[in-house]
Amino acid sequence: MAETKKLAIIASQGTLDWAYPPFILASTAAAMDMEAVVFFTFYGLPLLKKEIDAKVAPHTNPAMPMKMPFGSSGFQEINWQVPNIISGNMPGFDNMATSLMKETFKKKGVATVEQLREMCQESGVRFIACQMTMEVFGFSKEEFIDGVEYGGAATFLEYAADADISLFV
Amino acid sequence: MSAIASSVELDCKGLNCPLPILKTKKTIDGMQSGEVLKMMATDPGSVSDMASWANRTGNEVVEHEEAAGIHIFYIKKK
Repeated sequence: MAETKKLAIIASQGTLDWAYPPFILASTAAAMDMEAVVFFTFYGLPLLKKEIDAKVAPHTNPAMPMKMPFGSSGFQEINWQVPNIISGNMPGFDNMATSLMKETFKKKGVATVEQLREMCQESGVRFIACQMTMEVFGFSKEEFIDGVEYGGAATFLEYAADADISLFV
Repeated sequence: MSAIASSVELDCKGLNCPLPILKTKKTIDGMQSGEVLKMMATDPGSVSDMASWANRTGNEVVEHEEAAGIHIFYIKKK
């Protein structure tokens, strides 16, 4: 068999939709006998909190489909065109959109972000929290899950220098 | 019905990417070399994903069959 491949990911986004790719790719890499490291920085850092409260904000991404996870199949196919003036200003809109996306994911058999994160840790994926971001945004280690390493750009780059795949999410 | 004998079964029906792969890996890890896992999935993406996973890990998809949207993979542990 080929030598062990290495995957290096920087997770810089903290919305629910962008929380998925780092955990999906890292857990799958581990399942494919690869080593994987995810470096959490800036808005990606809260993904290491014990309770992940990531949300989606539809007004920040006009390409995001707005579909209902219930009703007849025809109804579920409707892509609701909500103008930004509403999605960006209506109180509770992001919470509603987040609930809808979570419900859709659940119905489609997609794992939750928490489940994927757990599977990453079970299979030996290393998580590194950006120390600088912690200082800047005022996070403490007590807020994060166990098993997290702490470091900076050099810590990540030392690993990434030998990585076969490096991704910035 | 397939003639391939499997010692372990894994039901991944209704699960979406990457769960069928993650669960397959976990199950295979607990099996003996040469044993065959029968994995069932409804995720259409699992067809190419199982092949890629097998290519990288050295396990072998001995057979893949599909009926009524259900994919059945027979995977032999290396």
